[in-house]
Amino acid sequence: MSKILSRAALGPLFALVTAAHAATVTPPPAPPAVPFTKATVIAGARFFADHCSACHAVNNLRYKRMGADLGLSAAVIKKSFMKPGGANYLKGMQPAMTQAEAKKWLGLPPPNLSHMARALGPRFLYTYLTSFYWDPQRPSGWNNHVFPNVAMPNILAPWGGIYTKNGTLLVPGRESPAVFDRHVADVVAFLRYASDPSIFERRAIGRYVIGAFIILSILAYLLKKDYWREVHDKDDHSGSQKSATRKPTRKD
Amino acid sequence: MYDTQWGWLVRYMHVDGVSLIFILLYLHMGRGLLYGSYRNPRELLWVIGYLIYVLMMGEAFFGYILPFGNLSYWAGQVITSIIHAVPIIGPGLTTLARGGPGVGTATLERFLALHTVLWFLILAACIGLHILALHKVGSNNPDGIEIKDRKGPDGTPLDGIPFHPYYTVKDVFGVGVFLTIFAAIIFYAPTMHGVFLERTTFFRANPMVSLPDVTPPWYLAPYYAMLRAVPNKYEGIALMVAAVIMPFFLPWLDRCKVRSSRYRPVYRFMILLMAVTFFTLAYVGEQPPLPKYFLIERLGAAIYLGFYLLLPIISRFEPTRPVPERVRS
Repeated sequence: MSKILSRAALGPLFALVTAAHAATVTPPPAPPAVPFTKATVIAGARFFADHCSACHAVNNLRYKRMGADLGLSAAVIKKSFMKPGGANYLKGMQPAMTQAEAKKWLGLPPPNLSHMARALGPRFLYTYLTSFYWDPQRPSGWNNHVFPNVAMPNILAPWGGIYTKNGTLLVPGRESPAVFDRHVADVVAFLRYASDPSIFERRAIGRYVIGAFIILSILAYLLKKDYWREVHDKDDHSGSQKSATRKPTRKD
Repeated sequence: MYDTQWGWLVRYMHVDGVSLIFILLYLHMGRGLLYGSYRNPRELLWVIGYLIYVLMMGEAFFGYILPFGNLSYWAGQVITSIIHAVPIIGPGLTTLARGGPGVGTATLERFLALHTVLWFLILAACIGLHILALHKVGSNNPDGIEIKDRKGPDGTPLDGIPFHPYYTVKDVFGVGVFLTIFAAIIFYAPTMHGVFLERTTFFRANPMVSLPDVTPPWYLAPYYAMLRAVPNKYEGIALMVAAVIMPFFLPWLDRCKVRSSRYRPVYRFMILLMAVTFFTLAYVGEQPPLPKYFLIERLGAAIYLGFYLLLPIISRFEPTRPVPERVRS
């Protein structure tokens, strides 16, 4: 009897605690402002080449182009970005595994990431990469909060740690959350660059182009003002002739 | 984008130029509305100009399909299915427009031909006619006064000034300001955060993956919002077609003796309300079709059509301020 009573008392208590917990649990924090400089893109590219490139292609981005944009020599690119053997310096970034192998192992061929950052946006990519959780029901053992039942396993687990669905840490990662977040942001910065490799070139020359057009506008404005002076003067003049009460114009 | 030298510059100029040219078109049309430039004797000028705007919508639509991203595919499906609503010959016309039962290679081929050659030639011809029509009647002015009524002893209008050099130098300044803004967009925000270049364009066209919401580009979104305002497909299309066609009749709907909104306070308020409505509809048309927007869409459509339907009555009785005899400097 007392057992039933205590259970009856505990039930609402549990409900209350759960509700309070749900109310205090804040939504996942906003991603850090993804830094976007050549240094972060290079750091992201190195991580990408070491790990992501095992499965994912970036077909449209040639190694040569990447080297030219990021200021890396062909030797560096060949040594630390290209997978041994298969990749061609003059062609796009290729994954280490073939499409057929990937399909056999993962169920789906991993997508080409050339346009992914522009299609999904850097904020989504960042949140996606940091939202994996352990789910024994999935064939890979992984699931994702923002992309449910995704086929991709959490390859970032060794760095970021393994979390359960409600956010408790099962196995801590090699890196502290702050460092890990920073690394993910680097990878996202690289994907942003890969989806529009003109970005550094654009930023470098943009200010000169805009400056030239501003100078052109200022000169054109001065020219226009000079030409139109006589029109405004004529108006003032004829106006003063028409009404004698109007005060004399500047010329008078 | 990846392999051609300066290819990104050409592509961004092309894709951002569309949005900017529509901004300029809206400014140009807004000025015509404010100063009553569409009024007698400039009806033909207005009709040709508005025809250019409608043709530009078509040109923009063809260009929207050609990259053949997933958004392009679904936008092509949606817009060509509007033709389906034409009585009797609708289904046949749709097949003709698509070049087959669905949007595919044949659609792209004909849209490319239209986008780059035929439509372009028609547009260029219309722009030529627009200028010819302007030369016949002359430019309006912010006061809406007919300067040809007051000519000097040599037969030239007293208040007129030659286009060259006065307007050529003024336009060089305008072009400079435009190029500055254009360059800022191209070099620093070419997709304008998904407004000028939509994110879903970057997925490949895929008939098996439908998009959660197929949105038109912002400059066509007001009409799309009005299309969605009515739950019935045919009535919605009728509303949208009416919204596109109504401005053609503007010169004959306005019955006021005074041209410029400078001397017509009621008309000026109507124009401002219309502008706010139009851009509100543009914003709503870009949003997913949620019930919370229905009221705004319907209200916007009512104001938009109400403007044209009430104009003949209001313009006949509206109070006007005295118009000066000469153009003010």
